Amino acid sequence: MKAGTTNSMKCDVCENEATVFLTQIINGQMTTVNLCETCSKAKGVTEETGFGLAEAFLSPSQRSESDVMEVVCPACGFTASQLKKIGRMGCPECYAAFRDGLDALLRNMHKGTKHVGKRPTHVSAVSPQILPRQRMNPAPTAPVPPPAPPAAPAAPPPPDLAKLRAELDLAVKEERYEDAARLKSEIESLQPKTSK
Amino acid sequence: MAADEAGENILHRHSTRIPIYTSKISKPMMRFATLIKNPADWMKGAGPHSDVVMTSRVRLARNLRGHPFPGFSQERQRIELLERARPVVEQLPEMRDGYSEDYTDLSKIRKQVLVERHLVSREHAARSSGCAVVVDRKQSISIMINEEDHFRIQGIRPGLNLHSAYEAVDRVDSELESMLPYAFDPKLGYLTACPTNLGTGMRASVMLHLPALVLTEQINPVIKAIGKIGLAVRGLYGEGTEALGNLFQISNQHTLGEAEPEIIAQIEKVIEGVVRSEMTARAKLKEDHQTMLQDQVGRAFAILRYAHILASKEALNLLSMLRLGADLDLVGNCDRSLIDMLLLEIQPAHLQLNAARELSPEERDSMRAELTRARLQSIDGPGSFPQSPSTSGGTASPPTNE
Repeated sequence: MKAGTTNSMKCDVCENEATVFLTQIINGQMTTVNLCETCSKAKGVTEETGFGLAEAFLSPSQRSESDVMEVVCPACGFTASQLKKIGRMGCPECYAAFRDGLDALLRNMHKGTKHVGKRPTHVSAVSPQILPRQRMNPAPTAPVPPPAPPAAPAAPPPPDLAKLRAELDLAVKEERYEDAARLKSEIESLQPKTSK
Repeated sequence: MAADEAGENILHRHSTRIPIYTSKISKPMMRFATLIKNPADWMKGAGPHSDVVMTSRVRLARNLRGHPFPGFSQERQRIELLERARPVVEQLPEMRDGYSEDYTDLSKIRKQVLVERHLVSREHAARSSGCAVVVDRKQSISIMINEEDHFRIQGIRPGLNLHSAYEAVDRVDSELESMLPYAFDPKLGYLTACPTNLGTGMRASVMLHLPALVLTEQINPVIKAIGKIGLAVRGLYGEGTEALGNLFQISNQHTLGEAEPEIIAQIEKVIEGVVRSEMTARAKLKEDHQTMLQDQVGRAFAILRYAHILASKEALNLLSMLRLGADLDLVGNCDRSLIDMLLLEIQPAHLQLNAARELSPEERDSMRAELTRARLQSIDGPGSFPQSPSTSGGTASPPTNE
């Protein structure tokens, strides 16, 4: 929002020469209002109160609408203003909620905007893109197709080991940690000892 | 507001998903006293370039899907996550029979001792309910639960050895990943509370002792050059802390867009350059300013050996000078590891733990001096330098009998 003077425009209200003009963004749209001295005073718009111009021109309904427009993470309720204030996210799903503008932020912060490096072998097979909405309202026991077994090691594992691994992935996905721990030790006991 | 209510509902749903993991802990974990009594592996061992590089540390930030980050979660949510995740962490092969402590049971002094040992961060130590730390027996790996992220996995090694520190945390991370559903996005990588940690979630840092670069006033251009290539330089205890005792921490700032081995290789390359500069500066000091150097080391030893009041800052700076003297063979039989242990033992919380009570700053200064005097008792000190022309001239002049 900006208030200033110019000689080249006509007042939007009375067609006299505009001396005050204001640019503001309402609901993502840039709008410009040009006013003459008299009309700007009549509207309560002066240089001193220049920063209140948006308030002066926005109807109460428009104002509340713009408040509601604030982006909120559907998973945790974290708001864009909180993010701006603290510089941290509320939950992992916030990255999807606040995706707009994230690339620009990350470009300034990092070497790139795409992850290069380690990937969790167990999670990547089953992990959806961020914002896994089904987790917020989990279906009671929706059957999930077993994920592909992890990348094959040098020698193909015996079938029962592959089955156990698939079961482990499923247990992790379904957050049955007790089962996951049991399956893990079973897998470990079946696996030949490696040097590391 | 409606949004808040919605948020609250979802948060509630968030916290009801994980079934309780019933751990079968057969052996009791290590006690705090045992942990403290035994110096960590990194305190004893000398690693590559350990005359300049004190330690190499790598930490990974990890979070669980479907759970708000600790900074935005409610206490009960943090407690729930902790109760379910801690047994899983304790049962990791690397962490078995280690030390595990809930912060609600841990005194302020004990937490501070862990900070001084670089096992937990200052930020984590400032938290209490819903937080815990699990440390392996060798004190080479520590896992903070509910720090800024759900997990901070840290590996520490003596000298310049980021590779080895990374290998250790990578192994623990892969174990943990197979049991807990990490928050991971194919494009953004590991999702972290702060976007500055996004991607690899990895911070690799090296603690350097750079007295010669400070004495020869070359440290500022070095720091500037390091900053320009995207690495951060900090003081002894991380962000916002002063570079006391000529100790500097150098770490990567970028975590997204580069793979872990690349980041580590870049830091190690930079550190090798800094080590070379420091060694050149040391050699130059010894060659061109020997008297000044002997004077500084001698004064440092004298004060440390005989003072009865030693403030923390003064002690760290004097010990730094003594360490330099020891590295340049100017302090008789003084071993570097003795100085490195002292650097730790004279920290406020270690002193208070040793005294088994809270000490006023004045009492601490007095105890610090007492401990330092005792530790340096067996050191000959820089009384006679073989290199010193005056000393060697004095002893070498034969009696004139003729």
